Amino acid sequence: MNMIEVRGLIKTFAPDIQAVRGVDLSIEAGEVVVIIGPSGCGKSTILRCINLLEIPTAGDVWIDGVNLVDQATDLDLVRAEVGMVFQQFNLFPHLTVLENVTLAQRKVRERPAHVADEVGMAQLHRVGIPDKAHAYPRQLSGGQQQRVAIARSLAMDPKVMLFDEPTSALDPEMIKEVLDVMLELAADGMTMVVVTHEMGFARAAANRVAFIDEGKIVEVASPSDFFDNPQHDRTRAFLDQIL
Amino acid sequence: MPPASLPAAERRRSDTETWWNRFPWWAVIIGLFIAFMGLKIITDDDYRLAWFRIWPGIWLTLYATIAAFVIASIIGLAAGMGQLAQNVVLRNVSRAYVEIIRGIPMLALIFTVALVVVPELSEWVGLPNRVSPFWRAVLALALIYGAYMAEIFRGGIQSVPRGQLEAGRSLGLSRQQTMNSIVFPQAMRAIIPPIGNDFIAILKDTSLLSVLGTLELTRNARQFTASTFKFREGLFTLSFIYLLLVIALSLLLRRVERVMTPDRKGER
Ligand SMILES: Nc1ncnc2c1ncn2[C@@H]1O[C@H](COP(=O)(O)OP(=O)(O)O)[C@@H](O)[C@H]1O
Ligand SMILES: [Mg+2]
Repeated sequence: MNMIEVRGLIKTFAPDIQAVRGVDLSIEAGEVVVIIGPSGCGKSTILRCINLLEIPTAGDVWIDGVNLVDQATDLDLVRAEVGMVFQQFNLFPHLTVLENVTLAQRKVRERPAHVADEVGMAQLHRVGIPDKAHAYPRQLSGGQQQRVAIARSLAMDPKVMLFDEPTSALDPEMIKEVLDVMLELAADGMTMVVVTHEMGFARAAANRVAFIDEGKIVEVASPSDFFDNPQHDRTRAFLDQIL
Repeated sequence: MPPASLPAAERRRSDTETWWNRFPWWAVIIGLFIAFMGLKIITDDDYRLAWFRIWPGIWLTLYATIAAFVIASIIGLAAGMGQLAQNVVLRNVSRAYVEIIRGIPMLALIFTVALVVVPELSEWVGLPNRVSPFWRAVLALALIYGAYMAEIFRGGIQSVPRGQLEAGRSLGLSRQQTMNSIVFPQAMRAIIPPIGNDFIAILKDTSLLSVLGTLELTRNARQFTASTFKFREGLFTLSFIYLLLVIALSLLLRRVERVMTPDRKGER
C-alpha cells in the first residue's frame, strides 16, 4: 500500500485555466519526492489537491489508503495526518511560537495542555529554536519562522509532509537552516513531497525527482538519472535554465 | 580650505524638526476651551444654570448609546457574517439590508424606523404594548449602525489573509475551529478600532434622538434655550459636555486596542 496515491488528477479553475491535466503519482512510505517545474505549471495545485485544500475536478487522491475525494471521508482527520509547509510560512501572528505549535494538538488531537507543550517544545528543539518559544512570529527572522512552521506540522505526528517552495521567500543566508531541518527529516524516514528550486536538496534528499510542465508530469527519475541524464527535451531545457 | 559657497552654520538646512513644530498645539487649544468652559461654569451663573439643567441628560445619552451599540453589534456581526455565508438567501438578505440602510440619510432613517418600521413590526409580531419612544429611537440607531458595523465585521474577517485559513485547515482544524481560534482573533484587531469609532459616532448621533422627544443631552439643551433664550450658554455647554465625553471615550478605546494586541508590544 502506497502512502500517497494520486490517480488521474485534473484540476480546472475556469474553462480556460487547466492547472493540472492528468497526474498519476505513487509515493511509498518514507519516500522523498521533489517536484520541479516552471512557474505556473501546476506544482502548488498538485500539492494542494493532496490534502484537499483544492477539490480535484477529476481523479482520486489516497492518503494511507483513505480516498480524500470520497464525500464520506472526514477531511479534518486526514489533514491532521498531512503536514503542509507554505512558501509564506503562514504562522499565526496573534499566537506565540509555542501556541502556534500546540494549537492544533490541543484542538484536533485533544492533547492536554502539558502534553501539547511537551511535544511542542520537543519539536522546537528538533528545528533548533526552543529559545524562541515565547516570542511572537513577527519577532523572528524568515528562516526561524519557517522552521517554526515545520515544527507546527511535525507536532501533529503527520504521516506525510508537503512543502510548497519552503525557501522561496527567504533571504539567501537563511535557506540553509531550513533545508538542514528538511534533510534531517528526510533522513528520519518522513514521507515528503517537496516543491522546490533547490537542486542541491533534490540531489541530497530525493528518492525521485518529478518534472512538471503544463499540468502534466513530463519525467520522473532518480536524482542522478534526472540531473545527469534527462530523457526529455523539455526537462533538459528547464535544467539548462536553472542550473 | 572649504569652497566659498559653503553655508554659514546658521544658514545650514536642519535635519531635525524644532520642538514647536512637533508640539501638539491642537491639544493645547482643546485644553484651553475646556478650561474656559470650566471657569465659566464655576463663575458665571447663566453657564452654571445651563450646566445643571443639561448634564442630567448624560445618563439617558449613555444608556441609549450603550443599548444601541450592543444591539447594533449583534445585528452587525450577523449581517457581516451573513454576507460571507455560503447560503444564498442569507448572503443576499444581509447585502440588501446593508445597501438599503447605507443609501438613506440618518435623520430620515430615524424617523422612518422609529415612527413606522418599529411600530408596525411590533404590531406584526403581536407585542401587546406599544414600544416606548425611547426604545423606538434606540432601535432605529441600532438598525442604522448595524449596517455600518456589518461592513466593519465583513472587512475585518476578509482582512485576514487566506493563508491563515489554509494553515489552520491543513493542520486538521475544522472550519469552525479555524474561525474561532485563528480568523476571529485576528479580525478583531482590524475590527476594534473602527468599532470604537462607531461607538463614539453613536454617542454623538444620540443627539438626533432629541427630535423624538428623548430627554437626553441635546433635548435638555433645547428645552433650556427655549425657556431662557440663553442660546450661547446652553449650546456651548452642550458642546462642552459632548466633547468631554468623546475625549474620555477616545482615551479609553486606545487602552482597549493596546490590550487587544499583545504581540505588537514595543512597536507603538
Ligand atoms: N485559485 C485559483 N484560481 C484560478 N486560477 C488559479 C488558482 N490557483 C492557481 N491557478 C492557476 O493555475 C495554474 C497553476 O498554478 P500553480 O499550481 O500555483 O502553479 P505553480 O505552483 O507551479 O507555480 C496557474 O496558471 C495559476 O494561475
Ligand atoms: Mg506555486
